[in-house]
Amino acid sequence: MELTTILFYLFAIVTLGSAAIMVFSKNIVHSAFALMFTLMGVAALYVLLYADFLAATQLLVYVGGILILILFGVMLTTQGYTLSFKTITVNLIPASVLSVAAAGLLIFAFITTDWKITEVAERNDTVYDLGMMLMGDYILPFIAVGVLLLIAIIGAILMSTRLSADNNGAN
Amino acid sequence: MELLVAQSFAEPGLTHFLIVSALLFALGVMAVLSKRNVIMVLMGVELILNSANINLIAFSRFTELSLDGQMIGLFVIIIAAAEAAVALAIVLNVYNRFNTINLDEISLLKG
Amino acid sequence: MFTQLPIIILLLPLLAFLIMIFFGKKLPRQGDWLATGMMSLTLLLSIILLITKVGSYSAETFSSSIGWVEVGSKTIGFGMMIDNLAAIMLVVVTLVSTLVHFFSMGYMKGDVRYSRYFAYLGLFSFSMLGIVITNNILLMYVFWELVGISSYLLIGHWYEKKSASNAANKAFIVNRVGDFGMFIGIMILFISFSTFTFEAIFESISAGQLPFGSEGWLTAAGILIFCGAVGKSAQFPLHVWLPDAMEGPTPVSALIHAATMVAAGVYLVARVFPMLTADALLVIAYIGAITALIAATIAITQFDIKKVLAYSTISQLGYMIMALGVGAYTAGFMHLVTHAAFKAGLFLGAGSVIFAMHASLHKLHDHDTDAQDVRNMGGLKSKMPFTYWTFLIFTLAISGIPLTSGFLSKDEILAGTLAFSTLNGHWLLPLIGFLVAGLTAFYMFRLLILTFHGKPADEKVIEGVTESPKVMTIPLMVLAALSLFFFYSFNPFGAASGWFYAAVERPLSMVPELLQPATYPVFYQAVSSVHTTAMILSILIAAAGVLMALAVYHWKKISADDLANRAGFLYKASVNKWYFDEMYNTAFLNGSHVVMRALRWFDENIIDGIVNGAAVVTKIFSRVSGWIDTNIVDGLVNGTASTTNKAGGLLSHIQTGKVQTYLVYVIFSFLVLFVLFL
Repeated sequence: MELTTILFYLFAIVTLGSAAIMVFSKNIVHSAFALMFTLMGVAALYVLLYADFLAATQLLVYVGGILILILFGVMLTTQGYTLSFKTITVNLIPASVLSVAAAGLLIFAFITTDWKITEVAERNDTVYDLGMMLMGDYILPFIAVGVLLLIAIIGAILMSTRLSADNNGAN
Repeated sequence: MELLVAQSFAEPGLTHFLIVSALLFALGVMAVLSKRNVIMVLMGVELILNSANINLIAFSRFTELSLDGQMIGLFVIIIAAAEAAVALAIVLNVYNRFNTINLDEISLLKG
Repeated sequence: MFTQLPIIILLLPLLAFLIMIFFGKKLPRQGDWLATGMMSLTLLLSIILLITKVGSYSAETFSSSIGWVEVGSKTIGFGMMIDNLAAIMLVVVTLVSTLVHFFSMGYMKGDVRYSRYFAYLGLFSFSMLGIVITNNILLMYVFWELVGISSYLLIGHWYEKKSASNAANKAFIVNRVGDFGMFIGIMILFISFSTFTFEAIFESISAGQLPFGSEGWLTAAGILIFCGAVGKSAQFPLHVWLPDAMEGPTPVSALIHAATMVAAGVYLVARVFPMLTADALLVIAYIGAITALIAATIAITQFDIKKVLAYSTISQLGYMIMALGVGAYTAGFMHLVTHAAFKAGLFLGAGSVIFAMHASLHKLHDHDTDAQDVRNMGGLKSKMPFTYWTFLIFTLAISGIPLTSGFLSKDEILAGTLAFSTLNGHWLLPLIGFLVAGLTAFYMFRLLILTFHGKPADEKVIEGVTESPKVMTIPLMVLAALSLFFFYSFNPFGAASGWFYAAVERPLSMVPELLQPATYPVFYQAVSSVHTTAMILSILIAAAGVLMALAVYHWKKISADDLANRAGFLYKASVNKWYFDEMYNTAFLNGSHVVMRALRWFDENIIDGIVNGAAVVTKIFSRVSGWIDTNIVDGLVNGTASTTNKAGGLLSHIQTGKVQTYLVYVIFSFLVLFVLFL
């Protein structure tokens, strides 16, 4: 087996395994750390798909940003020190049935579909091309997304400041 | 059947990546549907987004979609970041209001 | 100069109107000096224009136009045309208007709506000048209507008086009848030639184009446009509004109902003269003759000083129309000009008398005696010398006594009708012409004698009469001077050698030769050959009229009552104005009453029957539908409601309020769809 094949299976197992740990763990902090490994595995899969820039972005944004945010969320919403980080599951039976069905259906569809595959030459660098596209064909979505981020930031700030103001008023 | 298995362990093609993404999606759905904790639900959402992204980038690698797939993936990551920021702010507000972040205890929508 | 100057002349009165209507009351002395000053300036400019035009560019016609409205491919121009006719008319209008402005400053003093009165005078002058200078028959129609509305406003100036507001309505409505015909005529021309300008219409006609390709339509168009003139110039049978219009202030009567507005009809006929066929002209001539005769016979027996003048105006307008009809174009137009001067003078003189009478009666606290009735006057000569002497000159002029302007023009008209009849045998026209000349002399001297000579009817009243202020007598003197012959021709017995005849020539007829009056080529020769006869005859007849008046009213050799008794029916007819108003009442009012009664019967029996029947049917129908409503429709509605209620109760169990339960449904449905479409 070639190196890429081995690497693929390795990272696929890492990704799916840690995702499973995340879902089925009873401790929310464990879940968060498992999520980190999932995200890293996905980033590795990106590299295998010649998407080096996206892999780097994935690490920076997800692992460096979103995960930290989630951990903050976990810490801010636990009541006092006494409460455990346990997560309790609901809807267990319908959820399992539905997710198994979803997975089965998707895999069935993916395998039975006749994909038109065109082999692309190996890329060693996508950053330059992506940059050109961002400043060319994708300039409008790029700007729109920038504005969206700005709005999200302002919204988030607004909501959390009002929250703290309410807290102060309550105190 | 043997051939299929042999093929499966050959060099990973499009289908392999798609199957990984499908499984990841199923796990995400599981998290979203079964967890009481809002933050766990959010993590499930991130899993679903990642599975979608794997799909997009796999298509960009193996089909004519080319770099456009990566571009859309990039936008998905950006939007996920925005979503996470807003969602967590909302979670904090919900916690402030109901003093809990357990979704089954928040049922104002009950008809 | 012939482009800008007319525009300034036209717009100055409009400016005066706008200023007066909005700010008149706030100005010192209510702004009369402003209106009068602007009108005087207009007069000055008009005189300059006339002198330049007739002196230096007599043969030319200045025409300019700008696009105004575009209808499809047709452009309607906003243009003006200055020829000698227009230049003379401009001076006539502005001169009379200016003098009336001055006169009104005295006459209208202390009036409740003083500034508004001057504003309306400005509006009237503006619209009248518009009629004069336009080169476009549609635009002329627009100004024509503006004249109508300003005349309406001025007649109804004292609208508190029922008779004044009625008279204003009558004038407006009667004019409508004529204007309607005129509008149809304009439309016939526009459909045929796609243009409104006079020059283009005449060109098309002379190029052999006829409306709808027939001579009859050309005659019809001419007569229809003449209908407008019939209305505005108070010709038979639409003359009934003018005597009633005397309800307006007397200076208004002088301006509008003697000198300018009523002359607009004559001016219109003169403008469209080249396109009138022989038939149309003959109709015009007879209408004019009938009008002249009827009005003169009515004027004999009237006692209201303004009514006499009103009927004499109608009569003189009939003269002008008749003159145009027989082809004595210049004579007709000249009579318009001379008549404008002396008739405005007569009205202003009458105004002066009424003003003085009114003041005297007011002092005696007598509010019942009519200040306008000549039977209440008499012997005013010594009390009002300026008024008397000017009035005398005007009377001489209108009677056609030599050395006056009226003699010149009337003499030419009579010569024209005489020549016309010698050429084609229409002897009725000169007969009426001479008869009316005699009648005119008679009734005018009757008026003069009854007003100024003889014994005062009431000593006390006449004692109190004083001469009017200078602002009123000076316009009279100016007009009296203008009623003398030398302004029009240096030869007192023939106008043909004067500048007026040189300036205003009969335009060439544009209609096909077959349709032209046969008299045209030889008309002027015939006129010059009968001129002396006509002159002698007219002097004799005028003298006879004057003598008759003197005999009856001054020397009392013949009793007026005796004459009246002998005339019998004719006298009654004259006093009652030939029963025209009664006739119209019977024809139109009673006629419409009959129609109304018929309609009422129809209404009560048939329409009401239908309505009542419909009501009964509706009642039955509504019972049935009411039953259906309560039992079937309500049942359905209630059933729907209760079903919905139960279904809602069942479904509400699904609504747990938990987001994740909903998500389960969503993903389940999604997967079902996925399977279905895979």
